[in-house]
Amino acid sequence: MWHLLPRQLETLWTLFTAPVVWALHFLICYVGAAIFCEKPGFLGTDFDNLRVAIAVVTALALAMIVMSAMLAWRQWGFGTDDPPHDDPTRRDRTLFQGYATLLLSGLSFVAVIFTALPALFVTECLR
Amino acid sequence: MQSALDPAGEEASQVATLFWVMTIGGLVIWALVVLLSLYASRWKREPISEQAAARLIPWAGGVLPVTVLTALLAYALWLMPSLRPFADPDRAGLRVEVVGSQFWWHVAYRRPDGTSVISANEIRLPVGERVEFSLTSADMIHSFWIPALGGKMDLIPGRTNRLSLLATKAGTYRGQCAEFCGISHAHMAFPAIAMEPADFEAWLAARSRPSEGLGANQAGRGLFERERCGSCHRVDGTQAQSTAGPDLSHVGSRLTIGAGLLENDVEALERFIVHPASLKHGSRMPAYTHLSADELARIAAWLKGLQ
Repeated sequence: MWHLLPRQLETLWTLFTAPVVWALHFLICYVGAAIFCEKPGFLGTDFDNLRVAIAVVTALALAMIVMSAMLAWRQWGFGTDDPPHDDPTRRDRTLFQGYATLLLSGLSFVAVIFTALPALFVTECLR
Repeated sequence: MQSALDPAGEEASQVATLFWVMTIGGLVIWALVVLLSLYASRWKREPISEQAAARLIPWAGGVLPVTVLTALLAYALWLMPSLRPFADPDRAGLRVEVVGSQFWWHVAYRRPDGTSVISANEIRLPVGERVEFSLTSADMIHSFWIPALGGKMDLIPGRTNRLSLLATKAGTYRGQCAEFCGISHAHMAFPAIAMEPADFEAWLAARSRPSEGLGANQAGRGLFERERCGSCHRVDGTQAQSTAGPDLSHVGSRLTIGAGLLENDVEALERFIVHPASLKHGSRMPAYTHLSADELARIAAWLKGLQ
């Protein structure tokens, strides 16, 4: 299935993909909940709609983070080399970036779940 | 004194349980970290193998903290909705309105039949019945907190916050303003008395009528009127009807005066009337130093008689 993924990207931007998804997911959840609870005429009044929307956004965010993690894993050489990858070579730079991206993806994955967790338990907003 | 760890209400006992779960959880993690560092620095005294490190770091540094934090977070979030329960809007029950002011509490009991009982600086509620509070402020942000019964809720000018409490044990607890509101913030307290439902109903019924003590100590009542105390205070059954200051309709039966400041007796009433700001800095009630000792004693006796 690896041929389905884009070719390896020689850019630092892949490093930030997962944290950016985390940040956007955080904003969508919090801003969405704030608008939903403050403006009942705008997005409706059924709180379950908001919870479903957060579930969908969370699934999308997790999928994007998993995608980022898979790319990072490939860039890291599927774990064939051990860290710290600190030689001044192009190969070590690539491996280091892949490893750092993989770790950031793991952190972002957990953070997105923590951000969405309240919607699992909180069933109403009080007006 | 008040304590959130000695709960007498449903919400407070959940808060106390949450506190103990988090404290014990934190202590266990702390002990494990200390033991691990002692093991590494005192007993082992040599580096572990790379394979062991490669196992230890992801499991002890990644999987374990994530699992523990997820469990604690999920427990706290699961508890959250029940910490802020709200009475069924279709089921009309007792509602208590509280308005915070520097540095006292206006209290109005709104009964389901539409009648109201006005009081101040003391909260009474029936054991075993959920009571809904409507909280707002007349000047700045205060916070209404009875640690033994539940969490705190802010009183915000121009906004009405709701809080619902269920007392499970009869007793007298202390409530306290929990948001700094000025120089006498610490002295903005009140007794909260959880009573058996029948006693509470009898108490409320008695408070819905003017005090039987109105007729006694007439000289004191005359002085109360001469000094125009009714410009700020309300006494049910008299012409004093202002709500600028605390309601005094049954002030003699309250446990404290000055919003939890002094035990309620004639001597304390005299001390408070003669110079309120010396006992309670920032109090807007003027001093009555021009009154003679005899006049003070008469007013205090009349007020103490308003049972």
